[in-house]
Amino acid sequence: MSIVVGILFAIGTYLILSKTLLRIILGTSIIGHGVNLLILTMGGLKKGGPPIIGLNTQYFTDPLPQALILTAIVINFATTALLLVLSYRAYAVVGTDNVEQLRGLEDE
Amino acid sequence: MNNLIIGPIIIPIIIGLVLVVCRNSLGLHRFLSLLATVLIGLAAVLLLEQIRTGGMQILNLGGWEAPLGITLVADMFAVLLVLVTALIAFCCLWYACSSIGMGRERHYFYPLCLFLIAGVNGSFLTGDIFNLFVCFEVMLVASYVLISLGGTKIQLRESIKYVLINMISSFLFLVALAYLYAITGTLNLAHLSIRVAQSGQGGLMTVVALLFLTVFSLKAALFLFYWLPGSYSAPPTAIAAIFAALLTKVGVYAIVRLFSLVFYHDLGATHLFIGALAAASMVLGAMGAVAYDDIKKIITYNVVISIGFILAGFASFSLVGMRGMVYYLLHDMIVKALLFLSGGTVIHLTGTAKIREVSGLIRLHPQLGWMFFIAALSVSGIPPLSGFIGKVFITTGVFQSAYYWLGGIGLFTSLMVLYSVMKIFMNVFWGHTNLTEETEKGTTQGLLPPIVVLTALTIALGLGAEGIHEYVDLAVEGLLNPNLYTDAVLAQNGK
Amino acid sequence: MKRPNDVILRTVTKVAVVIILTFSIHLFISGHHYPGGGFIGGLAFTAAITLLFLVYGIDTIRKNISVDFKAVAAIGVLISVLTGVGGMMAGKPFLNQTSGPVDLPLLGDTMLATAVLFDVGVALAVIGTALTIIMSIGDDH
Repeated sequence: MSIVVGILFAIGTYLILSKTLLRIILGTSIIGHGVNLLILTMGGLKKGGPPIIGLNTQYFTDPLPQALILTAIVINFATTALLLVLSYRAYAVVGTDNVEQLRGLEDE
Repeated sequence: MNNLIIGPIIIPIIIGLVLVVCRNSLGLHRFLSLLATVLIGLAAVLLLEQIRTGGMQILNLGGWEAPLGITLVADMFAVLLVLVTALIAFCCLWYACSSIGMGRERHYFYPLCLFLIAGVNGSFLTGDIFNLFVCFEVMLVASYVLISLGGTKIQLRESIKYVLINMISSFLFLVALAYLYAITGTLNLAHLSIRVAQSGQGGLMTVVALLFLTVFSLKAALFLFYWLPGSYSAPPTAIAAIFAALLTKVGVYAIVRLFSLVFYHDLGATHLFIGALAAASMVLGAMGAVAYDDIKKIITYNVVISIGFILAGFASFSLVGMRGMVYYLLHDMIVKALLFLSGGTVIHLTGTAKIREVSGLIRLHPQLGWMFFIAALSVSGIPPLSGFIGKVFITTGVFQSAYYWLGGIGLFTSLMVLYSVMKIFMNVFWGHTNLTEETEKGTTQGLLPPIVVLTALTIALGLGAEGIHEYVDLAVEGLLNPNLYTDAVLAQNGK
Repeated sequence: MKRPNDVILRTVTKVAVVIILTFSIHLFISGHHYPGGGFIGGLAFTAAITLLFLVYGIDTIRKNISVDFKAVAAIGVLISVLTGVGGMMAGKPFLNQTSGPVDLPLLGDTMLATAVLFDVGVALAVIGTALTIIMSIGDDH
């Protein structure tokens, strides 16, 4: 699993370093998936019953990684959507999706 | 259990949501959002008193006890910051009422600001590192929209960079969280503190600590500040002022909280590193502030310098240095809002941010000129004003901990700060008046009162430093003794 | 605009949307004890509406469902937050949940939990947010 995480991070980083906005956004979401997988891996796989109070099982699975991942997915979903809208607007206003041409700090 | 703690988080959320539902009455928007900040301020004042008399206040959401549930912890440090946040938010929103423009107001400006404030307060009050992440995201998502609100070309260009930088640092945050969870098996701050203290802070833990430091440095603009000048000069004044006063400070808060509560066992590695980063950001920020002749750029670089200075005080990790840090943090939030608002008013009046193109503004706007002067003195720490006391304490603390280089750089950059803000003052307000009433691009109508309030605050914080001494000391005591925090949070388990 | 020949799609959609909506409500209700809940139910609901968008175009749908989805999202979150406040009113910590049997007309003796209200809020919030996002990306003006 950690190898997969590594591959996802590598792909994501490669995409983020490219010039097209859309690829950058794809890169961020791939890194997002990598992170989620990492949390799952780090939480460790445990066997056991569902973590509900009142169940008589000896071992419980750890619900925390899932909860973290769910939250992270939702946040990732929201920011990715926002970034998509933003880059679309930027494309419409600035007229390019090449980040090289988005450079510069001076007012024109 | 104290339900008051949730107040600073849900008041802005509830009012913000109500405002989204009734989107068309702008008068209501203005009134209710100001009311929300007042309510937060009241809640914070009440909490301050409760903490002073009864110690730290805890709230376990849904009744689930720490370390299992979500815990909110209100200690003195956090609540002081919440109070100042409410004050600044009030002034900035007031300023926004007459400057932000109908278009932005109609596009949910006030609700977004309120969500941002909710995120900021949440980050201050949370007792759980994953919730810190969530509150960070609430705050950041609101700031993403605020920074691009209006959709001018420069805003869109800068906001994409801003969003990307922050998304990546959020991913790093999650990675650090995952490693931390794998090593310790908990994410509750108090529980973490105990577990790390028991197992000792080995090399692995220090690496995780530095990963967290990277994340928060990105957000606090500590050394990794290259994204900041561009994004903070893009949005309108009121938004930039809120960002400068609050967003970076949340990053600072996270560093302070984490490295005083959890990772405080290996001072040589982590705190020295923080000190080095602080020194670097002070020097680089000073270079930027001196080099530019654009009001917004100078002020944004000053943000970087002050972040460096605050964390220099933290790096000393001594009683005096920490006391100075708390004072300076409170001062800096107020005075940065003041600088941004008054600088923004100048730009609004003259239509340009270049200081060479304007001069002699003081004849037309004496009040604005003198208030900017006071802000300039305050930001560089001239005695009767609020920056002074923090600066003295930080410098003493840093010297006590034998970081002489750090103290030296701090004092040297103070001179640079003074030079850079005086450069604005001399160029813009002094000299031959080249503007007349008619050629002005805007009026100061409705813009001055919030600036007056902030100026009064910085003077009051300077003169009345003795008055808040007790609160600051309690805050520092809480920061230097992690046991107080862990005991308060986990006490109920013993029962 | 010239429309492509999509009779099959249109016919299937009319049936499928009803099925998806029913399924989403089923997901929502079963969420109390089994996998499901407000989040997934809301997403399934959104999927149905998105299918309508795809087939009939955003403008047609907007004419027929004249609801401001941003307000829907806001109301949803508001409901969720207020259920939390409700716990506060009873002197319990924020977000405290309770449940108890209630005698409903038609359904008889039913177990109701305040968590359901919270979930209603979540569902509305998800529907509102997702549709707002889809509409603002899909809106090409």
